[in-house]
Amino acid sequence: MGEVKKGYVRPLDLKQGRVDMGHGAGGRAMAQLIDEVFARAFANEWLGQGNDAAVLPSPAAGERLVMATDAHVVSPLFFPGGDIGCLSVHGTINDVAVMGARPLYLAASFILEEGFALADLVRIVDSMAAAAREAGVPVVTGDTKVVEAGKGDGVFISTTGVGALPAGRDIGGANARAGDVVIVSGSIGDHGTAILSQRESLAFDTEIVSDTAALHGLIADLLEAVPGIRVMRDPTRGGLATTLNEIAVQSGVGISLEEAAIPVHPQVEAACEFLGLDPLYVANEGKLVVICAADDADAAVSALRAHPLGTEAARIGEVIADPNHFVQIRTGFGGRRMVDWLSGEQLPRIC
Amino acid sequence: MKYVDEFRDGGLARQLAAAIRREADAGRDYAFMEFCGGHTHAISRYGVTDLLPPNVRMIHGPGCPVCVLPIGRIDMAIGLALARPEVIVCTYGDCLRVPASEGLSMLKAKARGADIRMVYSAGDALALAQASPEREVVFFAIGFETTTPPTALVIRQAEALGLTNFSVICNHVLTPSAIVTILESPEVRDIGSVPLDGFIGPAHVSTIIGSRPYAFFAEEYRKPVVIAGFEPLDVMQAIRMLIRQVNDGRAEVENEFTRAVTADGNLKAQALVSEVFELRRSFEWRGLREVPYSALRIRERFAAFDAEAKFDIAYRSVADNKACECGAILRGVKKPTDCRIFGTVCTPENPMGSCMVSSEGACAAHYNYGRFRDIPVVAA
Repeated sequence: MGEVKKGYVRPLDLKQGRVDMGHGAGGRAMAQLIDEVFARAFANEWLGQGNDAAVLPSPAAGERLVMATDAHVVSPLFFPGGDIGCLSVHGTINDVAVMGARPLYLAASFILEEGFALADLVRIVDSMAAAAREAGVPVVTGDTKVVEAGKGDGVFISTTGVGALPAGRDIGGANARAGDVVIVSGSIGDHGTAILSQRESLAFDTEIVSDTAALHGLIADLLEAVPGIRVMRDPTRGGLATTLNEIAVQSGVGISLEEAAIPVHPQVEAACEFLGLDPLYVANEGKLVVICAADDADAAVSALRAHPLGTEAARIGEVIADPNHFVQIRTGFGGRRMVDWLSGEQLPRIC
Repeated sequence: MKYVDEFRDGGLARQLAAAIRREADAGRDYAFMEFCGGHTHAISRYGVTDLLPPNVRMIHGPGCPVCVLPIGRIDMAIGLALARPEVIVCTYGDCLRVPASEGLSMLKAKARGADIRMVYSAGDALALAQASPEREVVFFAIGFETTTPPTALVIRQAEALGLTNFSVICNHVLTPSAIVTILESPEVRDIGSVPLDGFIGPAHVSTIIGSRPYAFFAEEYRKPVVIAGFEPLDVMQAIRMLIRQVNDGRAEVENEFTRAVTADGNLKAQALVSEVFELRRSFEWRGLREVPYSALRIRERFAAFDAEAKFDIAYRSVADNKACECGAILRGVKKPTDCRIFGTVCTPENPMGSCMVSSEGACAAHYNYGRFRDIPVVAA
């Protein structure tokens, strides 16, 4: 059977063209956009079948499925060190991976704003496809919608990930116990500060780049060295402080930190200083918080440091018994204070 | 971080703490008020009180611009933004969450359709007016002497640019009159229920007004004043200098913040401010009530940029929530934990009073940084 020729009159103008309402209307224009932008970039056997859903093999016997979803609305769409495309792949892979699961597949849905430049869309989709390929986690199904001009902000991307969790593995926010050690895989606050440096009203010159990265490789190395890790989480929105408060509440414990031990790049520290922000609350997109038994801590730090994404890993505190589930810190100055939940929003739209 | 880490050095802090313990007379108590929210924040953020002996107590003063802003002023901005769709009200981020009348805040009014935006500077507000000629941009200006010169500057710039769609709701207030009000309050002067042995004087405010304006308090009220920077070592050093003054029976103005503050202050900024602003006969402060000659308004010559005149909006005084103790807390009469609704009804997520809004407010600082002290923590 010969190949059926697609009925498009001419290819999409990927240089000057813009998204119009027709690209979401379900007709030929939409099919062409999917073909020439999405299917081209993500090319894989499931997407190539062109069905409404992907049919996937079941995981190995005894394995459980892990599923996570994450919407991405970052502004600006392109920032030092990344863009909304790779961010939307990394964010969801990380949510699956911190459960101790092997990420397998991604689904992606796009909400495009009428008038959005096709050239920018191609850049974003290519970046997303490259991130997915590098991570070895294909985008197997997707959806596109177009909203009228003024009802979106260029592009919003929502991704969903599925992974397989080996039998017997139990990692979760409720597992921290008094006496455990808190570890972070590297410097904090890079992503949020990189985003902020690009905001129109703030724009400042800095060498800070987002740390956006897929962490499943780092996590696999860590779990191989220390299978008994109790808690893992990627401290994204709300930063390290928020993540630790979540864990403290889930586990019913307190956490005590050493400010001097927390890695913060000098540029991030300086930017936060003049913007009046606390790096503890600034978002990360390629960092890992690990909680493990005190006896495992040295092995965990070594395993993290041996991986390119964990060279600055450090012990930053310990889990304590505290019926109030507070996170406290001993400041570099010598006093103590709480590290409370973030109130209100510190930075709008960072991921 | 150079020029910052030096003022946060833990080793120096320990030495200074030892010196304070040595010099403080164990036979008496010391109570000092840090006027500025910046100092309140530094004390809480770095845990400075942990380094002080128990007989040295810090009282948080009213120097948080968001905290002293009365409900009625916020109501003016919200009313204007809701009533006139052509108006964009812009202000500093901290203002957005201050509770106003009818359960509103600027943030909640924004959710109801008012066009209210956060800006990082007065200059951003002016730029917004230039970029939106079809809209009326109203800058809700707040702050002590530090933020007043930038507001004056944008008003002058707007005039030079011939802008007709930019105006300012001026809420700028003056530090010295607030200090006098505290010193004149019955709790401090007559009843003595607020023991007050001296002040840590403002850092950034003093860079503008200089150290001279404080001489009056030192002489008239016999209270030592030490002007200090906002870094934790500045605060510790100022406390030590205050203890020495008290021990020596002196009441002088001393300047710990010599790296930024001179006797005269910033004369250029002062000239700019007096060109654009004049004293208000009286202004309501949250917690201090009406304080004579304590705030600024826009001079007649710049009336075109005075939103109060331009849109004919009038101030209406609104009573605080009955259970809220912000007033007493701002005067140093009560501590945040003395308030019945602290941490229960009133939290940073849902502030009832203004002291819970800004991180410089006494209640928010204690809630965010210090409330673990109220409840003993069991060791691991």
